[in-house]
Amino acid sequence: MIIAEQKPLDEIKSMIADYQKVLILGCGTCVTISFAGGEKEVGTLASALRMSTRLAGQNKEFIEATVQRQCEYEFNEEVADLVKEADVVLSLACGIGVQTMNEQFPEKLTLPGLNTTFLGQPVEQGVWAERCQACGDCVLYTTGGICPIARCSKSLLNGPCGGSQGGKCEINPEVECAWQLIYDRLQALGRLDLMMEVIPAKDWSTSRDGGPRKIVREDLRLTIAEEKQS
Amino acid sequence: MKAGSNLEKVLTAGYFAATGELGPPQSADTAVIEKKAGYLKGNVDAVNITDNQTAVVRMSSMCVAVMLLRLGLEPTMQMTCRDRNRLAIQSDLLGAAALGIKNLLCLTGDHQVFGNHPTAKNVFDLDSMQLLSMVKGLRDDKRFQCGDEVKGTEPRFFIGAAANPFADPFDFRPYRLAKKVKAGADFIQTQIVFNVPKFREFMKRVVDLGAHEQCYILAGVAPIKSFGAARYMATKVPGMDVPDEIVQRMKATPKEKQAAEGIEVCAEVIQQVREIPGVAGVHIMAIEWEESVAEITSKAGLLPRPVV
Repeated sequence: MIIAEQKPLDEIKSMIADYQKVLILGCGTCVTISFAGGEKEVGTLASALRMSTRLAGQNKEFIEATVQRQCEYEFNEEVADLVKEADVVLSLACGIGVQTMNEQFPEKLTLPGLNTTFLGQPVEQGVWAERCQACGDCVLYTTGGICPIARCSKSLLNGPCGGSQGGKCEINPEVECAWQLIYDRLQALGRLDLMMEVIPAKDWSTSRDGGPRKIVREDLRLTIAEEKQS
Repeated sequence: MKAGSNLEKVLTAGYFAATGELGPPQSADTAVIEKKAGYLKGNVDAVNITDNQTAVVRMSSMCVAVMLLRLGLEPTMQMTCRDRNRLAIQSDLLGAAALGIKNLLCLTGDHQVFGNHPTAKNVFDLDSMQLLSMVKGLRDDKRFQCGDEVKGTEPRFFIGAAANPFADPFDFRPYRLAKKVKAGADFIQTQIVFNVPKFREFMKRVVDLGAHEQCYILAGVAPIKSFGAARYMATKVPGMDVPDEIVQRMKATPKEKQAAEGIEVCAEVIQQVREIPGVAGVHIMAIEWEESVAEITSKAGLLPRPVV
Protein backbone atom coordinates (compact mmCIF):
# COMPACT_ATOMS: atom_id res chain seq x y z
CA MET A 1 0.00 0.00 0.00
CA ILE A 2 0.94 3.67 -0.19
CA ILE A 3 2.76 4.83 2.93
CA ALA A 4 2.76 8.49 3.92
CA GLU A 5 3.55 10.64 6.91
CA GLN A 6 2.25 13.97 8.06
CA LYS A 7 4.22 17.10 7.18
CA PRO A 8 5.67 19.09 10.10
CA LEU A 9 3.05 21.31 11.74
CA ASP A 10 5.02 24.48 10.98
CA GLU A 11 5.08 23.68 7.27
CA ILE A 12 1.33 23.07 7.31
CA LYS A 13 0.75 26.33 9.20
CA SER A 14 2.75 28.32 6.67
CA MET A 15 0.83 26.68 3.78
CA ILE A 16 -2.53 27.71 5.22
CA ALA A 17 -1.37 31.14 6.47
CA ASP A 18 -3.37 33.09 3.89
CA TYR A 19 -6.62 31.18 4.30
CA GLN A 20 -9.43 31.59 6.79
CA LYS A 21 -11.63 28.56 6.41
CA VAL A 22 -9.76 25.29 5.91
CA LEU A 23 -11.31 21.93 5.03
CA ILE A 24 -9.09 19.16 6.38
CA LEU A 25 -9.90 16.17 4.21
CA GLY A 26 -8.78 12.67 5.16
CA CYS A 27 -8.75 9.50 3.12
CA GLY A 28 -10.11 6.16 4.32
CA THR A 29 -7.80 3.81 2.44
CA CYS A 30 -3.96 3.46 2.51
CA VAL A 31 -3.19 6.46 4.71
CA THR A 32 -5.79 5.38 7.25
CA ILE A 33 -4.05 2.03 7.62
CA SER A 34 -0.65 3.75 7.92
CA PHE A 35 -2.05 6.14 10.57
CA ALA A 36 -1.18 9.25 8.58
CA GLY A 37 -4.38 10.64 7.10
CA GLY A 38 -7.51 8.84 8.30
CA GLU A 39 -10.45 10.21 10.23
CA LYS A 40 -8.54 10.04 13.52
CA GLU A 41 -5.53 11.97 12.19
CA VAL A 42 -7.86 14.58 10.64
CA GLY A 43 -9.32 15.14 14.14
CA THR A 44 -5.92 15.33 15.82
CA LEU A 45 -4.49 17.73 13.25
CA ALA A 46 -7.61 19.94 13.36
CA SER A 47 -7.31 20.24 17.16
CA ALA A 48 -3.61 21.06 16.96
CA LEU A 49 -4.19 23.70 14.28
CA ARG A 50 -7.14 25.24 16.15
CA MET A 51 -5.06 25.54 19.28
CA SER A 52 -1.90 26.90 17.71
CA THR A 53 -3.64 29.38 15.39
CA ARG A 54 -5.76 30.66 18.30
CA LEU A 55 -2.61 31.11 20.39
CA ALA A 56 -1.14 33.07 17.49
CA GLY A 57 -4.18 35.34 17.58
CA GLN A 58 -5.56 34.08 14.28
CA ASN A 59 -9.24 33.46 13.78
CA LYS A 60 -9.28 30.43 11.51
CA GLU A 61 -11.99 27.85 11.05
CA PHE A 62 -11.24 24.17 10.44
CA ILE A 63 -13.82 21.79 8.96
CA GLU A 64 -13.17 18.06 9.28
CA ALA A 65 -14.16 15.37 6.78
CA THR A 66 -12.89 12.04 5.47
CA VAL A 67 -13.81 10.26 2.24
CA GLN A 68 -13.38 6.57 1.49
CA ARG A 69 -10.89 7.02 -1.38
CA GLN A 70 -9.64 10.44 -2.34
CA CYS A 71 -8.14 9.16 -5.59
CA GLU A 72 -11.59 8.61 -7.13
CA TYR A 73 -14.02 11.31 -8.22
CA GLU A 74 -17.15 9.52 -7.08
CA PHE A 75 -16.06 9.41 -3.43
CA ASN A 76 -15.01 13.06 -3.42
CA GLU A 77 -18.44 14.11 -4.77
CA GLU A 78 -19.75 13.53 -1.24
CA VAL A 79 -17.79 16.53 0.05
CA ALA A 80 -18.45 18.88 -2.89
CA ASP A 81 -20.50 21.24 -0.70
CA LEU A 82 -17.83 21.40 2.00
CA VAL A 83 -15.19 22.15 -0.65
CA LYS A 84 -17.34 24.99 -1.98
CA GLU A 85 -17.70 26.45 1.50
CA ALA A 86 -13.96 26.35 2.35
CA ASP A 87 -11.24 28.82 1.28
CA VAL A 88 -8.77 26.01 0.84
CA VAL A 89 -8.59 22.22 1.21
CA LEU A 90 -5.83 20.62 3.26
CA SER A 91 -5.69 17.02 2.06
CA LEU A 92 -4.43 14.23 4.26
CA ALA A 93 -4.39 11.80 1.35
CA CYS A 94 -1.35 10.69 -0.67
CA GLY A 95 -0.15 12.80 -3.59
CA ILE A 96 -2.66 11.03 -5.83
CA GLY A 97 -5.57 12.14 -3.67
CA VAL A 98 -4.26 15.72 -3.58
CA GLN A 99 -4.04 15.82 -7.37
CA THR A 100 -7.45 14.20 -7.84
CA MET A 101 -8.98 16.94 -5.67
CA ASN A 102 -7.20 19.69 -7.62
CA GLU A 103 -8.44 18.24 -10.93
CA GLN A 104 -11.96 17.66 -9.69
CA PHE A 105 -12.38 21.04 -8.00
CA PRO A 106 -10.22 23.36 -10.12
CA GLU A 107 -11.69 26.51 -8.59
CA LYS A 108 -10.34 25.51 -5.17
CA LEU A 109 -6.73 24.86 -4.21
CA THR A 110 -6.02 21.57 -2.41
CA LEU A 111 -2.80 21.54 -0.35
CA PRO A 112 -0.78 18.46 0.67
CA GLY A 113 -0.79 17.77 4.41
CA LEU A 114 1.26 14.61 4.01
CA ASN A 115 4.51 13.57 2.40
CA THR A 116 3.88 10.47 0.32
CA THR A 117 6.88 8.34 1.12
CA PHE A 118 6.80 4.91 -0.53
CA LEU A 119 4.98 1.73 -1.52
CA GLY A 120 5.44 -0.59 1.38
CA GLN A 121 4.33 -2.89 4.06
CA PRO A 122 3.70 -2.57 7.81
CA VAL A 123 6.46 -4.86 9.08
CA GLU A 124 5.48 -4.48 12.73
CA GLN A 125 3.29 -2.19 14.81
CA GLY A 126 4.47 1.35 14.03
CA VAL A 127 7.07 0.32 11.44
CA TRP A 128 6.64 0.49 7.69
CA ALA A 129 9.21 -0.49 5.07
CA GLU A 130 9.55 0.04 1.34
CA ARG A 131 8.91 -2.98 -0.86
CA CYS A 132 8.18 -1.82 -4.43
CA GLN A 133 9.28 0.99 -6.73
CA ALA A 134 6.65 0.31 -9.41
CA CYS A 135 9.41 -0.06 -12.04
CA GLY A 136 6.91 -1.57 -14.43
CA ASP A 137 8.90 -4.73 -15.17
CA CYS A 138 8.81 -7.06 -12.17
CA VAL A 139 11.95 -9.11 -11.52
CA LEU A 140 10.81 -10.85 -8.32
CA TYR A 141 10.79 -14.24 -10.07
CA THR A 142 14.59 -14.08 -10.45
CA THR A 143 15.37 -12.82 -6.96
CA GLY A 144 13.54 -15.18 -4.64
CA GLY A 145 10.67 -12.75 -4.15
CA ILE A 146 12.82 -9.93 -2.73
CA CYS A 147 13.01 -6.72 -4.75
CA PRO A 148 16.53 -5.39 -5.43
CA ILE A 149 15.18 -2.29 -7.17
CA ALA A 150 13.34 -1.09 -4.07
CA ARG A 151 15.46 -2.65 -1.36
CA CYS A 152 19.07 -2.41 -2.57
CA SER A 153 20.34 1.14 -1.95
CA LYS A 154 21.86 1.16 -5.43
CA SER A 155 19.09 -0.86 -7.14
CA LEU A 156 21.72 -3.35 -8.30
CA LEU A 157 20.62 -6.26 -10.44
CA ASN A 158 23.91 -8.12 -9.96
CA GLY A 159 24.54 -7.68 -6.26
CA PRO A 160 25.72 -7.76 -3.57
CA CYS A 161 28.24 -4.94 -3.89
CA GLY A 162 31.42 -4.77 -1.82
CA GLY A 163 29.66 -2.83 0.92
CA SER A 164 27.59 -5.75 2.24
CA GLN A 165 28.73 -6.66 5.73
CA GLY A 166 27.06 -8.88 8.29
CA GLY A 167 23.80 -8.74 6.35
CA LYS A 168 23.71 -4.95 6.46
CA CYS A 169 24.00 -2.28 3.78
CA GLU A 170 26.99 0.06 3.65
CA ILE A 171 24.79 3.14 3.84
CA ASN A 172 23.41 2.42 7.30
CA PRO A 173 23.63 -0.49 9.77
CA GLU A 174 19.83 -0.25 10.15
CA VAL A 175 19.35 -1.15 6.48
CA GLU A 176 19.34 -4.81 5.51
CA CYS A 177 21.40 -5.77 2.46
CA ALA A 178 18.76 -6.83 -0.05
CA TRP A 179 21.26 -9.02 -1.89
CA GLN A 180 22.19 -10.89 1.29
CA LEU A 181 18.46 -11.54 1.75
CA ILE A 182 18.20 -12.67 -1.87
CA TYR A 183 21.24 -14.91 -1.51
CA ASP A 184 19.91 -16.53 1.67
CA ARG A 185 16.47 -17.08 0.15
CA LEU A 186 17.76 -18.54 -3.12
CA GLN A 187 20.11 -20.79 -1.18
CA ALA A 188 17.20 -22.05 0.94
CA LEU A 189 15.20 -22.67 -2.23
CA GLY A 190 18.14 -24.46 -3.90
CA ARG A 191 18.16 -21.84 -6.67
CA LEU A 192 21.55 -20.12 -6.30
CA ASP A 193 22.00 -20.82 -10.02
CA LEU A 194 19.86 -17.71 -10.57
CA MET A 195 22.63 -15.58 -9.07
CA MET A 196 25.33 -17.00 -11.31
CA GLU A 197 23.93 -15.39 -14.45
CA VAL A 198 24.90 -11.85 -15.44
CA ILE A 199 21.62 -9.95 -15.50
CA PRO A 200 21.71 -7.54 -18.46
CA ALA A 201 21.07 -3.80 -18.23
CA LYS A 202 17.51 -3.07 -17.23
CA ASP A 203 14.99 -1.46 -19.53
CA TRP A 204 14.06 1.53 -17.38
CA SER A 205 11.56 2.84 -19.94
CA THR A 206 8.76 1.04 -18.12
CA SER A 207 9.72 2.97 -15.00
CA ARG A 208 9.36 6.73 -14.41
CA ASP A 209 12.33 7.20 -16.77
CA GLY A 210 10.01 6.55 -19.70
CA GLY A 211 7.93 9.60 -18.75
CA PRO A 212 4.62 9.74 -16.84
CA ARG A 213 2.94 6.38 -17.13
CA LYS A 214 -0.58 5.52 -18.17
CA ILE A 215 -2.45 2.29 -18.80
CA VAL A 216 -5.26 2.14 -21.35
CA ARG A 217 -7.37 -1.02 -21.34
CA GLU A 218 -9.54 -0.97 -24.44
CA ASP A 219 -11.43 -4.02 -23.20
CA LEU A 220 -12.60 -2.05 -20.17
CA ARG A 221 -13.24 1.36 -21.71
CA LEU A 222 -16.83 2.47 -22.09
CA THR A 223 -18.15 3.14 -25.57
CA ILE A 224 -19.58 6.61 -26.22
CA ALA A 225 -23.09 5.15 -25.99
CA GLU A 226 -22.34 3.51 -22.66
CA GLU A 227 -20.81 6.72 -21.32
CA LYS A 228 -23.98 8.62 -22.22
CA GLN A 229 -26.09 6.03 -20.44
CA SER A 230 -24.02 6.18 -17.27
CA MET B 1 46.53 -7.56 -27.08
CA LYS B 2 43.17 -6.14 -26.25
CA ALA B 3 44.14 -2.53 -25.75
CA GLY B 4 47.95 -2.65 -25.78
CA SER B 5 48.41 -0.77 -22.53
CA ASN B 6 51.62 -1.02 -20.52
CA LEU B 7 49.72 -2.82 -17.75
CA GLU B 8 48.37 -5.37 -20.22
CA LYS B 9 51.85 -5.92 -21.68
CA VAL B 10 53.43 -6.36 -18.25
CA LEU B 11 50.80 -8.92 -17.24
CA THR B 12 50.76 -10.86 -20.49
CA ALA B 13 54.58 -11.02 -20.43
CA GLY B 14 54.24 -12.80 -17.10
CA TYR B 15 55.68 -10.12 -14.84
CA PHE B 16 54.27 -9.60 -11.35
CA ALA B 17 52.44 -6.28 -11.82
CA ALA B 18 52.32 -3.29 -9.50
CA THR B 19 49.74 -0.56 -9.88
CA GLY B 20 49.27 2.60 -7.85
CA GLU B 21 46.49 5.01 -7.13
CA LEU B 22 46.10 8.76 -7.31
CA GLY B 23 43.18 10.64 -5.80
CA PRO B 24 42.41 13.83 -7.78
CA PRO B 25 42.16 17.10 -5.82
CA GLN B 26 38.96 18.80 -4.70
CA SER B 27 40.01 21.80 -6.75
CA ALA B 28 41.31 22.77 -10.19
CA ASP B 29 44.88 22.60 -8.87
CA THR B 30 47.32 20.88 -11.24
CA ALA B 31 50.44 21.23 -9.08
CA VAL B 32 49.25 18.62 -6.59
CA ILE B 33 48.69 16.12 -9.42
CA GLU B 34 52.19 16.70 -10.76
CA LYS B 35 53.60 16.23 -7.26
CA LYS B 36 51.74 12.95 -6.64
CA ALA B 37 52.59 11.70 -10.14
CA GLY B 38 56.26 12.34 -9.35
CA TYR B 39 56.05 9.97 -6.37
CA LEU B 40 54.53 7.22 -8.51
CA LYS B 41 56.51 7.52 -11.75
CA GLY B 42 58.80 4.55 -12.33
CA ASN B 43 57.50 2.70 -9.27
CA VAL B 44 54.29 1.25 -10.74
CA ASP B 45 53.06 -0.01 -14.13
CA ALA B 46 49.85 2.02 -14.17
CA VAL B 47 48.06 4.46 -11.88
CA ASN B 48 44.36 4.29 -11.02
CA ILE B 49 42.61 7.65 -11.03
CA THR B 50 39.62 7.55 -8.74
CA ASP B 51 36.20 8.77 -9.88
CA ASN B 52 34.72 11.02 -7.18
CA GLN B 53 35.92 8.56 -4.55
CA THR B 54 33.71 8.18 -1.46
CA ALA B 55 31.20 10.33 -3.35
CA VAL B 56 33.16 13.52 -2.77
CA VAL B 57 33.44 15.89 -5.75
CA ARG B 58 36.93 15.86 -7.19
CA MET B 59 38.57 16.66 -10.49
CA SER B 60 37.33 14.33 -13.23
CA SER B 61 39.10 10.99 -13.53
CA MET B 62 39.36 11.35 -17.31
CA CYS B 63 40.99 14.78 -17.14
CA VAL B 64 43.54 13.70 -14.53
CA ALA B 65 44.22 10.56 -16.61
CA VAL B 66 45.10 12.74 -19.60
CA MET B 67 47.39 14.87 -17.41
CA LEU B 68 49.17 11.68 -16.34
CA LEU B 69 49.66 10.64 -19.96
CA ARG B 70 51.31 14.01 -20.58
CA LEU B 71 53.55 13.42 -17.57
CA GLY B 72 54.61 10.05 -18.97
CA LEU B 73 52.61 7.78 -16.63
CA GLU B 74 50.03 5.25 -17.67
CA PRO B 75 46.60 5.91 -16.17
CA THR B 76 43.81 3.51 -15.33
CA MET B 77 40.67 5.59 -15.48
CA GLN B 78 38.02 4.63 -12.93
CA MET B 79 34.36 4.84 -13.88
CA THR B 80 31.48 4.45 -11.45
CA CYS B 81 27.78 3.93 -12.12
CA ARG B 82 26.67 6.40 -9.45
CA ASP B 83 26.98 9.64 -11.39
CA ARG B 84 26.40 8.71 -15.03
CA ASN B 85 23.83 6.84 -17.07
CA ARG B 86 24.68 4.64 -20.06
CA LEU B 87 24.69 7.62 -22.45
CA ALA B 88 27.13 9.68 -20.38
CA ILE B 89 29.41 6.71 -19.71
CA GLN B 90 29.67 5.67 -23.37
CA SER B 91 30.26 9.23 -24.49
CA ASP B 92 33.06 9.59 -21.91
CA LEU B 93 34.55 6.27 -23.02
CA LEU B 94 34.72 7.39 -26.65
CA GLY B 95 36.50 10.53 -25.50
CA ALA B 96 38.82 8.69 -23.14
CA ALA B 97 39.88 6.24 -25.84
CA ALA B 98 40.41 9.06 -28.32
CA LEU B 99 42.69 10.81 -25.80
CA GLY B 100 44.85 7.71 -25.37
CA ILE B 101 43.51 6.16 -22.16
CA LYS B 102 43.82 2.36 -22.38
CA ASN B 103 42.94 0.95 -18.95
CA LEU B 104 39.48 1.26 -17.42
CA LEU B 105 38.32 0.11 -14.00
CA CYS B 106 34.55 -0.44 -13.86
CA LEU B 107 32.91 0.13 -10.48
CA THR B 108 29.45 0.44 -8.99
CA GLY B 109 30.53 3.40 -6.85
CA ASP B 110 30.06 4.35 -3.22
CA HIS B 111 26.59 5.53 -2.32
CA GLN B 112 26.31 9.33 -2.21
CA VAL B 113 25.37 9.35 1.49
CA PHE B 114 29.08 8.94 2.26
CA GLY B 115 30.15 12.05 0.42
CA ASN B 116 29.73 15.81 0.46
CA HIS B 117 26.53 15.89 -1.60
CA PRO B 118 24.25 13.47 0.27
CA THR B 119 21.10 15.19 -1.09
CA ALA B 120 22.06 14.35 -4.71
CA LYS B 121 20.00 12.07 -6.93
CA ASN B 122 22.00 8.94 -7.78
CA VAL B 123 21.96 7.24 -11.16
CA PHE B 124 22.82 3.50 -11.02
CA ASP B 125 21.29 3.06 -14.47
CA LEU B 126 23.78 0.18 -14.78
CA ASP B 127 25.62 -1.81 -12.14
CA SER B 128 29.32 -2.70 -12.36
CA MET B 129 28.54 -6.03 -14.03
CA GLN B 130 26.47 -4.37 -16.76
CA LEU B 131 29.11 -1.66 -17.17
CA LEU B 132 31.71 -4.39 -17.82
CA SER B 133 29.47 -5.99 -20.45
CA MET B 134 28.95 -2.64 -22.12
CA VAL B 135 32.68 -1.81 -22.26
CA LYS B 136 33.46 -5.27 -23.63
CA GLY B 137 30.68 -4.93 -26.20
CA LEU B 138 32.08 -1.62 -27.39
CA ARG B 139 35.52 -3.16 -27.80
CA ASP B 140 34.87 -6.71 -29.05
CA ASP B 141 31.56 -6.36 -30.88
CA LYS B 142 31.90 -2.70 -31.87
CA ARG B 143 28.39 -2.19 -30.53
CA PHE B 144 26.94 0.43 -28.27
CA GLN B 145 24.84 -0.82 -25.36
CA CYS B 146 21.67 -0.26 -27.44
CA GLY B 147 23.03 -2.55 -30.17
CA ASP B 148 23.96 0.16 -32.68
CA GLU B 149 27.23 -0.35 -34.46
CA VAL B 150 30.23 1.85 -33.68
CA LYS B 151 31.00 3.21 -37.13
CA GLY B 152 34.67 4.03 -37.12
CA THR B 153 37.26 3.48 -34.42
CA GLU B 154 35.90 1.56 -31.45
CA PRO B 155 37.06 2.39 -27.91
CA ARG B 156 39.50 -0.32 -26.81
CA PHE B 157 40.19 -0.74 -23.12
CA PHE B 158 42.02 -3.25 -20.97
CA ILE B 159 39.03 -3.79 -18.69
CA GLY B 160 39.28 -3.94 -14.92
CA ALA B 161 36.86 -4.73 -12.14
CA ALA B 162 36.96 -4.69 -8.36
CA ALA B 163 36.41 -7.57 -5.95
CA ASN B 164 36.04 -7.47 -2.19
CA PRO B 165 37.02 -10.83 -0.66
CA PHE B 166 36.12 -9.53 2.79
CA ALA B 167 32.51 -8.52 2.13
CA ASP B 168 29.55 -10.81 2.74
CA PRO B 169 28.36 -13.36 1.85
CA PHE B 170 31.92 -14.74 1.75
CA ASP B 171 30.88 -17.94 -0.05
CA PHE B 172 29.48 -15.95 -2.97
CA ARG B 173 32.49 -13.64 -3.45
CA PRO B 174 34.57 -16.01 -5.64
CA TYR B 175 31.50 -16.59 -7.85
CA ARG B 176 30.94 -12.86 -8.10
CA LEU B 177 34.53 -12.43 -9.28
CA ALA B 178 33.96 -15.17 -11.87
CA LYS B 179 30.77 -13.38 -12.96
CA LYS B 180 32.75 -10.19 -13.52
CA VAL B 181 35.22 -12.10 -15.69
CA LYS B 182 32.30 -13.53 -17.65
CA ALA B 183 30.88 -10.03 -18.05
CA GLY B 184 34.15 -8.72 -19.48
CA ALA B 185 36.85 -8.13 -16.87
CA ASP B 186 40.43 -8.69 -18.06
CA PHE B 187 41.90 -7.84 -14.68
CA ILE B 188 40.68 -7.59 -11.10
CA GLN B 189 41.88 -5.31 -8.32
CA THR B 190 40.80 -6.42 -4.87
CA GLN B 191 39.89 -4.56 -1.72
CA ILE B 192 42.89 -3.91 0.55
CA VAL B 193 44.23 -7.17 1.97
CA PHE B 194 45.35 -7.17 5.60
CA ASN B 195 43.85 -10.52 6.52
CA VAL B 196 46.12 -12.71 4.39
CA PRO B 197 44.75 -16.12 5.57
CA LYS B 198 41.21 -15.11 4.61
CA PHE B 199 42.44 -13.81 1.26
CA ARG B 200 44.32 -17.09 0.71
CA GLU B 201 41.08 -19.01 1.24
CA PHE B 202 39.26 -16.70 -1.17
CA MET B 203 41.96 -17.18 -3.81
CA LYS B 204 41.85 -20.94 -3.38
CA ARG B 205 38.17 -20.90 -4.28
CA VAL B 206 38.81 -18.51 -7.21
CA VAL B 207 41.49 -20.86 -8.52
CA ASP B 208 39.12 -23.84 -8.10
CA LEU B 209 36.67 -21.99 -10.36
CA GLY B 210 39.47 -21.43 -12.89
CA ALA B 211 38.78 -17.68 -12.95
CA HIS B 212 42.48 -16.83 -12.49
CA GLU B 213 43.19 -18.31 -15.92
CA GLN B 214 40.74 -15.96 -17.60
CA CYS B 215 41.87 -12.75 -15.93
CA TYR B 216 44.75 -11.22 -13.98
CA ILE B 217 44.13 -10.76 -10.26
CA LEU B 218 45.91 -7.94 -8.47
CA ALA B 219 45.71 -8.02 -4.68
CA GLY B 220 44.97 -4.65 -3.12
CA VAL B 221 47.43 -3.50 -0.47
CA ALA B 222 47.93 -0.29 1.48
CA PRO B 223 50.30 1.18 4.06
CA ILE B 224 48.78 2.19 7.41
CA LYS B 225 50.11 5.52 8.66
CA SER B 226 49.43 5.17 12.40
CA PHE B 227 47.84 3.12 15.15
CA GLY B 228 44.83 5.45 14.99
CA ALA B 229 44.41 4.79 11.27
CA ALA B 230 44.67 1.03 11.85
CA ARG B 231 42.02 1.14 14.56
CA TYR B 232 39.77 3.30 12.38
CA MET B 233 40.04 0.93 9.41
CA ALA B 234 39.47 -2.09 11.65
CA THR B 235 36.29 -0.76 13.22
CA LYS B 236 34.77 1.99 11.08
CA VAL B 237 35.24 1.15 7.40
CA PRO B 238 32.61 -1.21 5.97
CA GLY B 239 34.02 -4.09 3.97
CA MET B 240 37.52 -3.76 5.50
CA ASP B 241 39.12 -6.57 7.50
CA VAL B 242 42.14 -5.54 9.60
CA PRO B 243 43.23 -8.36 11.94
CA ASP B 244 43.82 -7.41 15.57
CA GLU B 245 47.40 -8.64 15.24
CA ILE B 246 48.20 -5.75 12.87
CA VAL B 247 46.35 -3.20 15.04
CA GLN B 248 48.34 -4.37 18.07
CA ARG B 249 51.60 -4.30 16.14
CA MET B 250 50.98 -0.65 15.26
CA LYS B 251 49.99 0.10 18.86
CA ALA B 252 53.21 -1.42 20.19
CA THR B 253 55.30 0.78 17.87
CA PRO B 254 56.42 4.20 19.18
CA LYS B 255 54.39 6.98 17.54
CA GLU B 256 57.27 8.44 15.53
CA LYS B 257 58.05 5.02 14.04
CA GLN B 258 54.46 3.99 13.20
CA ALA B 259 54.56 5.27 9.61
CA ALA B 260 57.71 3.26 8.91
CA GLU B 261 56.12 0.21 10.54
CA GLY B 262 53.02 0.66 8.33
CA ILE B 263 55.23 0.61 5.24
CA GLU B 264 56.99 -2.51 6.59
CA VAL B 265 53.63 -4.28 7.13
CA CYS B 266 52.56 -3.37 3.59
CA ALA B 267 55.78 -4.76 2.09
CA GLU B 268 55.32 -7.96 4.10
CA VAL B 269 51.73 -8.36 2.88
CA ILE B 270 52.96 -7.92 -0.70
CA GLN B 271 55.53 -10.68 -0.23
CA GLN B 272 52.89 -12.97 1.28
CA VAL B 273 50.21 -12.44 -1.38
CA ARG B 274 52.85 -12.87 -4.10
CA GLU B 275 53.18 -16.50 -3.01
CA ILE B 276 49.44 -17.19 -3.30
CA PRO B 277 48.51 -19.11 -6.49
CA GLY B 278 46.48 -17.00 -8.91
CA VAL B 279 47.80 -13.61 -7.77
CA ALA B 280 49.29 -11.77 -10.74
CA GLY B 281 50.23 -8.51 -9.08
CA VAL B 282 49.47 -5.93 -6.42
CA HIS B 283 47.48 -2.74 -6.44
CA ILE B 284 49.00 -0.29 -3.95
CA MET B 285 46.46 2.14 -2.57
CA ALA B 286 48.53 4.76 -0.79
CA ILE B 287 45.88 7.45 -1.04
CA GLU B 288 47.13 10.82 0.28
CA TRP B 289 50.44 9.08 1.05
CA GLU B 290 51.74 8.61 -2.48
CA GLU B 291 55.29 9.39 -1.34
CA SER B 292 55.39 6.02 0.46
CA VAL B 293 55.07 4.00 -2.78
CA ALA B 294 58.75 4.15 -3.73
CA GLU B 295 59.77 2.70 -0.38
CA ILE B 296 57.04 0.04 -0.38
CA THR B 297 57.90 -1.21 -3.87
CA SER B 298 61.60 -1.12 -3.06
CA LYS B 299 61.19 -3.04 0.22
CA ALA B 300 58.88 -5.57 -1.45
CA GLY B 301 61.43 -6.21 -4.18
CA LEU B 302 59.22 -4.87 -6.96
CA LEU B 303 61.78 -2.48 -8.45
CA PRO B 304 62.81 -1.77 -11.09
CA ARG B 305 59.53 -2.05 -13.00
CA PRO B 306 59.80 -4.00 -16.25
CA VAL B 307 60.03 -2.15 -19.54
CA VAL B 308 57.92 -3.99 -22.12
